[in-house]
Amino acid sequence: MHKNHTAPLFHITKRKTLPWYQAWLIRGAAIVLALLADAVVTTVLTGENPVAVYATMFSGALGTKRRIWMTAQELAILLCVSLAVTPAFKMRFWNVGGEGQILAGGLATASCMILLGDKLPGWLLLTVMLVCSLAAGALWGAIPAIFKAKWNTNETLFTLMMNYVATQLVAFFVIVWETPKGSGTIGIINQKTQAGWLPTLLGQKYLLNILVVAVLTVLMYFYLSRSKQGYEISVVGESERTARYVGIKVGRVIVRTMLLSGAICGLAGFLLVGGTDHTINTTLAGGRGFTAVMVAWLAKFNPIIMILTSLLLVFLSRGAGEISTKFGLNHAFGDILTGIILFFIIGSEFFITYKLSLSKGAKKEG
Amino acid sequence: MFDFISFFPRAVMQSIPLLYGATGETLTEKSGNLNLGIPGIMYVGAICGVIGAFFYEQAVPAEQMNAILAVLIPMLCCLAGSALMGLLYCFLTVTLRANQNVTGLAMTTFGVGFGNFFGGSLIKISGADVPSIALSATSGFFAKKLPLAETTGWFGKLFLSYGFLAYLAIVIALGASYFLKRTRLGLQLRAVGENPATADAAGIDIGRYKYVATTVGSMIAGLGGLYYVMDYANGVWSNNAFGDRGWLAIALVIFTIWRPNVGILSSILFGGLYILYLFIPTGTFMAMKELYKMLPYLVTIVVLVITSMRNKREDQPPESLGKPYFREER
Amino acid sequence: MENLEKIPAVKMRDISKSFGTVLANDKVWLDIYRGEILALLGENGSGKTTLMNMLSGIYFPDEGQIFIDDKEVVIASPRDAFAHGIGMIHQHFKLVDVLTAAENIVLGLKEPGRLNIDKVAQKVRQICDAYGFDVDPYQKVYNMSVSQKQTVEIVKVLYRGADILILDEPTAVLTPQETDKLFAVLRNMRDAGKAIVIITHKMHEVMSLSDRVAILRHGQFVGDMPTKATTAQEMTNMMVGRPVSLNINRPDPVDPKPRIVVEGLTVRDIEGSVKLEDVNFTIRSGEILGVAGISGSGQKELLEAIAGLQVVEKGSIRYVDDQGHQEELVGKDPLEIAAKGVALSFVPEDRLGMGLVGSMDLTDNMMLRSFRKGHSLFANRKAPRELAERVVKELEVNTPGVSTPVRRLSGGNVQKVLVGREIASAPSVLLTAYAVRGLDINSSYTIYDLITKQKLAGVAVVYVGEDLDVLLELCDRILVLCGGKVSGIVEGRGASKPQVGMMMTHLGGKTNA
Repeated sequence: MHKNHTAPLFHITKRKTLPWYQAWLIRGAAIVLALLADAVVTTVLTGENPVAVYATMFSGALGTKRRIWMTAQELAILLCVSLAVTPAFKMRFWNVGGEGQILAGGLATASCMILLGDKLPGWLLLTVMLVCSLAAGALWGAIPAIFKAKWNTNETLFTLMMNYVATQLVAFFVIVWETPKGSGTIGIINQKTQAGWLPTLLGQKYLLNILVVAVLTVLMYFYLSRSKQGYEISVVGESERTARYVGIKVGRVIVRTMLLSGAICGLAGFLLVGGTDHTINTTLAGGRGFTAVMVAWLAKFNPIIMILTSLLLVFLSRGAGEISTKFGLNHAFGDILTGIILFFIIGSEFFITYKLSLSKGAKKEG
Repeated sequence: MFDFISFFPRAVMQSIPLLYGATGETLTEKSGNLNLGIPGIMYVGAICGVIGAFFYEQAVPAEQMNAILAVLIPMLCCLAGSALMGLLYCFLTVTLRANQNVTGLAMTTFGVGFGNFFGGSLIKISGADVPSIALSATSGFFAKKLPLAETTGWFGKLFLSYGFLAYLAIVIALGASYFLKRTRLGLQLRAVGENPATADAAGIDIGRYKYVATTVGSMIAGLGGLYYVMDYANGVWSNNAFGDRGWLAIALVIFTIWRPNVGILSSILFGGLYILYLFIPTGTFMAMKELYKMLPYLVTIVVLVITSMRNKREDQPPESLGKPYFREER
Repeated sequence: MENLEKIPAVKMRDISKSFGTVLANDKVWLDIYRGEILALLGENGSGKTTLMNMLSGIYFPDEGQIFIDDKEVVIASPRDAFAHGIGMIHQHFKLVDVLTAAENIVLGLKEPGRLNIDKVAQKVRQICDAYGFDVDPYQKVYNMSVSQKQTVEIVKVLYRGADILILDEPTAVLTPQETDKLFAVLRNMRDAGKAIVIITHKMHEVMSLSDRVAILRHGQFVGDMPTKATTAQEMTNMMVGRPVSLNINRPDPVDPKPRIVVEGLTVRDIEGSVKLEDVNFTIRSGEILGVAGISGSGQKELLEAIAGLQVVEKGSIRYVDDQGHQEELVGKDPLEIAAKGVALSFVPEDRLGMGLVGSMDLTDNMMLRSFRKGHSLFANRKAPRELAERVVKELEVNTPGVSTPVRRLSGGNVQKVLVGREIASAPSVLLTAYAVRGLDINSSYTIYDLITKQKLAGVAVVYVGEDLDVLLELCDRILVLCGGKVSGIVEGRGASKPQVGMMMTHLGGKTNA
């Protein structure tokens, strides 16, 4: 074919499968490039030299003992939400309703603290709080799942809407329970009695949260890779027809998995309200439900690798916070840096899945 | 008493950003792209307009400002910024075949951050000598009501008392509706979103349609952000004030079952539901207001569920919504 | 011959195309003439569709030249193909369901002026009148029957002014009456001077419809000739490359006893059209029951109904165990069937979409059947791994290891993994659908061998096949389906190919004409 002008210049083919280390090399390279791009952006906006920028970020995230604890706590909560959405994603169920499920769990926790704080002994109160938050999160997750299982209702849009229903529900109760009246906030719940506050371990307020999430990470890893239910989730995610062929009840798996996914989000709400904030407002989830989608996706749904990806995102946001403080910039700066990193990693997946080569026709001409 | 004459214009003003966002997202979704970055894009559109207007106001004293430039500069900045976001989304999801949901959410993170960052730091970065971003001069041009608004009584109040961007939103929605239903390109765009393999076999350039629809859709959505800050908020930027209107716009797309012309009245309904709490007497029980704000989302869920239960083919989301298309895989 | 003076509408020369390591077309020559129906004949996987896809712009050839009316052309996209008057009707229709017929027909066209659907509809009606089609331009595609959709496809290419039409196995999804109607239309178009290519592997269609036949085998062009000058036997020989004698070992059935009794089975698909109607037969232990029929005659629904994957409208499917105890299978899902102690294995037609999970490795695929065993929360992976290793060794599966995703194995090896797993559970009933489709000769014989061994072990085997020669040499009895009804059941020994072929197309195998 000599006069072949129209043959495409590039030929894109699916790679067989890259060895895992090459795939991570590509992702690593993307992160390095992204960090460079971030440095350039920061330098342009602050005039600081890039090395100093990252030094500032480092000190912001890990500079003092207190900051390390803060970062670890943030990491734990984000990781918790990421673990929550992972089973759903493995099933190809796009649960972008993490925000709402966290809020539901947090609201349940806060209601228990407020309504039962002076009625139940401490251990029982904590148990009731935990059970209620798990149930509330599970309920919030299961509603879209039931409709998906029964009528194939689009779950992305449904879970998204559920977020705002939960937000308004929280806003409603914030007004109902606001103290003092007219402040628009609930304030610290049970400030005096500390009823329903999670215990501090070894004098560290955040340690319990971190331990809980660490255990959860290991459990989730084994649940997904070793358990029968985890296996069912993978089969349903890969091919519903195969699942039916071997007798897996697809609808039941969808609902069950979303109960679990929602419950763990609810747990995150419990940890936030009972463990750290001791109050609730509509920004409780703080976008973690969405960030978790990216954390889980970046880690290819591997709970252990999620520790790293959530660390990356938490580090960025806390480091960028320090930069904004230092240079008097807005705190949203962290979101810009995070966004840039995400774009690079999202783009890099292409080069892991596909091979780009000059097409044969083009080669001949050249 | 329920004061409709003052309720309706406020509902309309609430509705315009939603209408822009929904029209833009509908066009985008018709190409098969589920762009969850729309909330971010609306922030970017708004802040780009603000930046453009800010520098123009800084450069020219208010009394010497040229009306056309004062409108054109922010609009072009807004369109350029949101178009870039749309292109970025397409580059990642179409060219690099990335996951649409993840890309969209990342764009929203980035876009909202971008808006808030420049909103909060523009003054410091530019070294300007003003206390806050209040573009009242520019806003004056944007919010200018139609000539007869004040003299025609209730009619003027209901229908003539809006800035030009409000009327533009309706024109664009009608135009988009006509485009999708009646034109050749619209037909082909729908085919791309429904069944890209078929459209491809019919000789339609899938990538180009997705790029153009998504980018134009982003630009339309960006105008929603611009309307909000320049007209609704009188040129005053405050961080996060735009709130979750971007997501509400996505909800509106579902509510209208992907029909931009239905969006005009639906957006006013949504806008009305959004501010209904201001007009319904709740007595001392202020918390009820928050429950009223839940209504738009609840009705959207109901619509979503009903359409999936009825399973009528015309009312479904575009068949390939959210799925990537790669020719060799067919 | 008159063709010698005519200029071919299409000349394909030395066309080669490979997919990965598979050479689908190897230096193929082909001539297509106007006013003629050419049957492109070949077995499954002989490269017919690939060759025509290059003519219609879906694929781009690696090598070779294409001439239209003696001028060399480049066809890099479907649009290029339209520009040269080439239109292809694919086996899987390329229609947008939510659009109307007319909207589908103008899709992708760059006509001048504004879109006027009424004008389009008018032109569609003209085309229909000219050739005898029946299409409502305003009907939505999702409301159409298969044959209506096919008609829309044909009108679509005609609307584009195509005078070279390619139809890829157009009759596979049609009823005999619809087929007759289609053939009449095709003859009308030929008489109007159009060049028509029909891809097929059905001999009787070649004989009744075509003017000329071209034959491909293993991606190579074997030859072409006027249909009148050849016989079905000669064409078959050219298709398969040798006189067919498969020599499949067929021992006598072992103590055949009724195992599954099917009575009055009626099945409809989701759209409500009847797929099986009042089907009655018995599957016996220790023998192979072949199922023959043109594709889409209800084979898939039959097997899925027995396996508990298909909603049954009427009728019963009873399992009979060795003690004569009967168990109704209708209304039970696969798990409930298994729970009743019915050891049923099923090798489905869609190996990677249903039987196996492509992205999972061999071990995890073995687990599909066994993962529920035991009361532990965790799945036992040791037994499946051992099974995977055993299957790899015993069936000589060519794989880097048991941790390789099955998607990366070749078709034959994928099938060995699937059959190996299904046999491993010591079934009493084994259902197989197109078990050797796309497999090379050696792998095919491995599969025949495995199936026959199961029969000797007393398993009741159902073998749904498309190759009549294989059915006739492998099976003890053959159930012939025709349009969802049982056309008849014949003994495998002594049945003849024409007899079965006739039963496939005519209920009961008799032509009353």
